[in-house]
Amino acid sequence: MTKELLDRIQFGVTASFHFIFPPLSLGIGLMLVIFGVQSVRTNDPKWRQLSLFWVRIYGLIFALGVATGIVMEFEFGTNWSVYSRFVGNIFGSLLAAEGIFAFMLEGGFLGLMLFGGSRLGNKLWLFATSMVVIGAHFSALWIVMANSWMQTPAGFEIQVGPNGAQAVMTSFSEVVFTPSFVVRLLHVLVASWMLGAAMVASVSAWYVLKERHVDIAKTMLKVSLPIFCVLAVLQAAVFGANQATEVTDYQPQKLAAMEGVWSDQSCAPMYILGWVNTSERTTTGIKIPCLLSILVGKSPDTVVQGLDSFPDDEHPPVNLVFQVYHLMIDLGSLFVGIAALVAFMAWRRKLFTSRWMLRIIVANVLLVLLAIEAGWWTTEFGRQPWIVWQQLRTLDAGSPNVSATTVAISLTGFVIVYAVLLVMFVWLLNRKIQDGPEEPPAMEDLESLPNSFGEIFARRPRASSRVE
Amino acid sequence: MWLNQLWFVLYVVIIGGYVILDGFDLGVGTLYLFVAKDDTERRLVLNSIGPVWDGNEVWLVLGGGALFAAFPLVYASLFSGFYLAMMAVLLVLIMRAVAIEFRSKRPGVRWRRTWDVFFAVASAGIAFLLGVALGNVLRGLPIDAAGNMNVSFTALLSPYALALGVAALLMLSVHGGIFLTLKLEDELLARVERLVPRLMIAFFVVMTGLIAWTLLLDEDFAQNYRDRIWTVVFPVAALAAAVVAWRSILVQASMRAFLASSSMIGLLMASVAASLFPVMLPSSTDRANSLTIYNSASQQNTLTVMLVIAVIGLPFVLLYTAGVYYFFRGRVRLDDTSY
Repeated sequence: MTKELLDRIQFGVTASFHFIFPPLSLGIGLMLVIFGVQSVRTNDPKWRQLSLFWVRIYGLIFALGVATGIVMEFEFGTNWSVYSRFVGNIFGSLLAAEGIFAFMLEGGFLGLMLFGGSRLGNKLWLFATSMVVIGAHFSALWIVMANSWMQTPAGFEIQVGPNGAQAVMTSFSEVVFTPSFVVRLLHVLVASWMLGAAMVASVSAWYVLKERHVDIAKTMLKVSLPIFCVLAVLQAAVFGANQATEVTDYQPQKLAAMEGVWSDQSCAPMYILGWVNTSERTTTGIKIPCLLSILVGKSPDTVVQGLDSFPDDEHPPVNLVFQVYHLMIDLGSLFVGIAALVAFMAWRRKLFTSRWMLRIIVANVLLVLLAIEAGWWTTEFGRQPWIVWQQLRTLDAGSPNVSATTVAISLTGFVIVYAVLLVMFVWLLNRKIQDGPEEPPAMEDLESLPNSFGEIFARRPRASSRVE
Repeated sequence: MWLNQLWFVLYVVIIGGYVILDGFDLGVGTLYLFVAKDDTERRLVLNSIGPVWDGNEVWLVLGGGALFAAFPLVYASLFSGFYLAMMAVLLVLIMRAVAIEFRSKRPGVRWRRTWDVFFAVASAGIAFLLGVALGNVLRGLPIDAAGNMNVSFTALLSPYALALGVAALLMLSVHGGIFLTLKLEDELLARVERLVPRLMIAFFVVMTGLIAWTLLLDEDFAQNYRDRIWTVVFPVAALAAAVVAWRSILVQASMRAFLASSSMIGLLMASVAASLFPVMLPSSTDRANSLTIYNSASQQNTLTVMLVIAVIGLPFVLLYTAGVYYFFRGRVRLDDTSY
């Protein structure tokens, strides 16, 4: 295996594993804010019970997100030193901004959120939770911004110095608002919220099936399912579709690879399933005529540029991009179907009694996670052979002073450690779900907890009896 | 050019913030198995850092980001040159985070004991490796004209670097121990109070030797101090802070001891920075290849944008960090939500 491939596999493995956790914390975070708001609004202890349950799961997810996230931040420097020098001025700034605006907010308030269940009244706990969740969203904002700059770079010029080429910032606002940033951010956030809602729904449906914690499980389903259904439809119709239009305008090679389009054509079809033969330069499969042209140009006459219009050495791995892209959109379409089914069953008042419906809801969360990963793979594989679109090739971006053997060693290490972590994570998550939510807190206990900043400062420190 | 200098100072502040804040919870982790015997004691010690360790570790993330942004060439050269050592650091960082989070999730004795060992070994490992890393930077690195270096993992383990690793481990153990005197009670507290002065003596002995070794290692360090005589303030004040910490811990003035120990760490970091400035990574092959705050920095435009971001962001960070510490002040009590 070449060193470039090893570097890419390592980055792909570590990024894909990391990317399980941030969308989960964004999505479950949103659910926690909803539970918190309900808690403040209604004072019903069941909402606090739900928060206590999900906060523990959030803690587990967050810890793994941080641990695997630091790996990402270090890996740019360890494996991609030429890239790091090239983009430090720009990409580095966005990562640093994430650190100071987002991560600090999350990390700072996380303790209050995790331990707030026994220390804070509803309002203050909601405040702490909201700060963590806002922090998580800021984090997504800066990271997606940095990624978008790699996809559609803007606001820079190239300067060549003694240590190689560097992209130097000429306009911060152009760096921030690259053409793909806003559409990509919305697409990622909506996907993450879908995942959080699907996760909460999955656990609740399982409880209903097992006839455990049924009341509280139904409450969770009533909150999470409408969110999932609405977002599933919006994602397919608006946020996902917008992303396709954006790719057409700024990365036509990527779009051509996504749908396996070889020659320029009007009335370009959209595949449901298919296979790309890159040596014969053909694409075969089940397709819907003209849909791609309609999707990207609002008219069947729109000409979609094919891969033949671009030099072969600027093609991404076409079949791979095609497959992961179709995995994502097929799952996305499936979610619309599930949403329709859920709506229908709710209308017929059979949602909580239909066992097959509940089983679908239990399994759904894994499909959402798979779709999210597939989306990430599409955008990253589709950017190849560039690490920074049309500025720096991935092949030229690695650390020249690190050998293939060294990367193979670290890759093996990551695979082993991450496999162990994944098994433990799933096992602990399963145990937590099996244990179920604890009894709701007594109202009188709750009233003794501080619920405003004033009360916190008025409170006397505990057991400070020692003379200093 | 003043922006480069300002960013060097800001960078030292961020790294200092990391070593002071995460330092005490790494120290707590290092002492963990020695001071806490049964599950309740271990939970008390673990929960002393429970609400804050995550926020503390973020300073490291911030340090990585700020280095990438402000001095990308240092970031690229250092991280790729230390490849396997960096992987070792990442491994212990992961181990530590999951150990803290996983331990409390199940009640089993063997489950908890296993994670206890992971937590302690990883905490000590991070403290030690950070010291070793600094030792290698001070000793000089084989940086070539293109800014790359190729150092084998074993070459990083020179006697000087290992000695600095030990000093870092001792320093953070003392710092963590002092933090624990603020958080524990009764027999557990007494145990820590007996331990801390002994660790301090060991630290002072190692540190004295290490300072002498450092000055012998490279005359540039002493020359830099002679050229900027006012910077002698940092090591002198660090010594004063160490004395205050020592006297405070003996009279059980825990808070004063903790502030003194924090100041000492910050001032030691400043002392190291003053001895290097304006060099960030000294090259041992050719002085001309050294990475400095001028030849390795981002352009002025980026540094300006970053400064604006830091000026907006840092006050908030300090404000809510202080707020969270204030909220969790006082001695540890265990409840349902504890680790």
